[in-house]
Amino acid sequence: MSRTIPARRGRPVAAPSPQAKNSLSLRLKRIFRAWQLYVLLAPAIIYILVFKYWPMYGVQIAFKNYNPVDGFTDSPWVGLTHFIRFMNSYQFGQVVGNTLWIAVLGLLVAFPIPIILALLVNQLQSERFKKFTQTVLYSPAFISTVVVVGIMFVVLSPRSGLVNNAIQLGGGEPIFFMGSAEWFRPIYVISDVWQNAGFSMIVYLAALAAIDPALHDAAKVDGASKLQRIRHIDLPGIMPVVTILFILAIGNLLNVGFEKALLMQTPLNLSTSEIIQTYVYHAGLQQAQFSYSAAIGLFNSLLNLALLLVFNTIARRANQATLW
Amino acid sequence: MSLKTSPRTIDTPNRPLSQGRPRQTLRDRYGDRAFNIVATSILLLSILAVVYPLYFIVIASVSDPNAVYEGKVWLFPSGVTTEGYERIFADSRIWNGLGNTVIYTVLGTAISVSTILCGAYALSRKDMPGRKILMLLFVITMFFDGGLITKYLVVRDLGMLDTVWAVVLPGAVGVWNLIIARSFFEHTIPNELREAAQMDGATDFKFFFQMVLPLSKPLIMLMIMVHVVAHWNSFFDALIFLNDDSKYPLQLVLRNILIQSDVSSTGTTGGDIASYAAAQRIAELTKYAMIVVSSLPLMIALPFMQKHFTKGAMIGAVK
Repeated sequence: MSRTIPARRGRPVAAPSPQAKNSLSLRLKRIFRAWQLYVLLAPAIIYILVFKYWPMYGVQIAFKNYNPVDGFTDSPWVGLTHFIRFMNSYQFGQVVGNTLWIAVLGLLVAFPIPIILALLVNQLQSERFKKFTQTVLYSPAFISTVVVVGIMFVVLSPRSGLVNNAIQLGGGEPIFFMGSAEWFRPIYVISDVWQNAGFSMIVYLAALAAIDPALHDAAKVDGASKLQRIRHIDLPGIMPVVTILFILAIGNLLNVGFEKALLMQTPLNLSTSEIIQTYVYHAGLQQAQFSYSAAIGLFNSLLNLALLLVFNTIARRANQATLW
Repeated sequence: MSLKTSPRTIDTPNRPLSQGRPRQTLRDRYGDRAFNIVATSILLLSILAVVYPLYFIVIASVSDPNAVYEGKVWLFPSGVTTEGYERIFADSRIWNGLGNTVIYTVLGTAISVSTILCGAYALSRKDMPGRKILMLLFVITMFFDGGLITKYLVVRDLGMLDTVWAVVLPGAVGVWNLIIARSFFEHTIPNELREAAQMDGATDFKFFFQMVLPLSKPLIMLMIMVHVVAHWNSFFDALIFLNDDSKYPLQLVLRNILIQSDVSSTGTTGGDIASYAAAQRIAELTKYAMIVVSSLPLMIALPFMQKHFTKGAMIGAVK
């Protein structure tokens, strides 16, 4: 009879209480049971540790005088020297200004165009024409940046280019597009639209396809015109996607198109085409000023992050979709 | 989320409804018609703006360079010649670059796709302890990265400069692709399936390789294509990490010829100005042909790839 009491006491062991479930040993057991999942994840984790977090750790050289012998960790600290040098250099205003110029110009022109295209394509009656338009408009996205810039050089060539031939046909003087500072920004933005607008349009088309067709039918019954339906049904319907993509675009504002800018650079257009990232490339990799250029790169990243945080906050205040 | 939902299917069965549209006045119908005309014209102009430069490059690549130079080529090639193409195919740099690109593309795609698929599947499993923290580890890198210089120094410290690894490893896993793959697994692999498989004694490995992967063909196709296109078109990692020009991928060779106007192999033997000018024009012709040759493979594959990319955009949008 005396056995019943220990047996009752022993019961919680057989059926663990919620607290016991969270105990360390059970948690370890769960982790151990999932070991195959960790093995699957391991290559990706190793990758980001080596190629993302190690460079991130190395960012400290922005505050140091990096030398290859001492490496990231043991190079001597110099504080904000490199940042101050950059801000006092004559390139600072020019490089930051150029970056903001093409970033903002690109955003103002290149961001709305895919939305407009998607709204128009979505209204097309013929499925075949719709599909054709989509395919054609997004095909340039598959052409490499090198080739797109190569196309610019041949098409805009002052002696034999298509555009200058047309200008001369109209009686104008040929323009040396790739060799003039004032043409860099327009060419940069227009080629960006030419190459990417069609591809960006796809996401909006997907969002438009998700809008309940019953809304359109109801509006039609009420006599709404196409423009009215675009304004009152389509636009509000894709607004969350638009907001998220806008915030993402802001977050990448200072990063995009660096490769293209680098390719488009000629000695004659440097006064507008040298942006922060190309400057980092020239100062860092071509002149081996590692710490100095790492500092400039960090300045760029932080500026970017700040923009992202600000715009995400604005979107949240306005009760729009946000990233987090 | 199906693109195919056509609004028309909804109002066809109940005709009476469409009779109840008296408010669609004549003016509105003209308004809609005007809208259609304007919309169609805008789209046609956009199509023209995209297609014409490409078309021009194609016809210029087979035209007599003098005719192009004098601005006589607009709609049709004139004085057809294949000299540009012959020169390309005789240029060993192009062939060498093409060979390198194929190696980098195959190897890079294999590494990226397998890493992403395995990693994304693990992250899609809600029962994996620490999943949120591990995911955060990836997401952070989307918003902050160490920058170009430290990446270069890391690759250098790893002794990868001037090796194939410098081209295929540093950009292997894109977090955005990882997120797309993860949400694909979350939406298409039902939990019940896994529970049933586990009941039958399948391990996580077995379930992933024998059940999940065969069910994920659209995702695998998408990932392969994204990476093939990216590797085929990339030049920057090769530019910063490779010094030995026998290892240059096609895009870097193209950059040196198309943009830096490196004419060393076009056979200019000096001499008088006339022959120099002629050589210049041949060089231009070669550029047109080169643009065509390097873009053609992807353009031919495009109709085949389109379906998958559209799906990819939708998986991305669902997230």
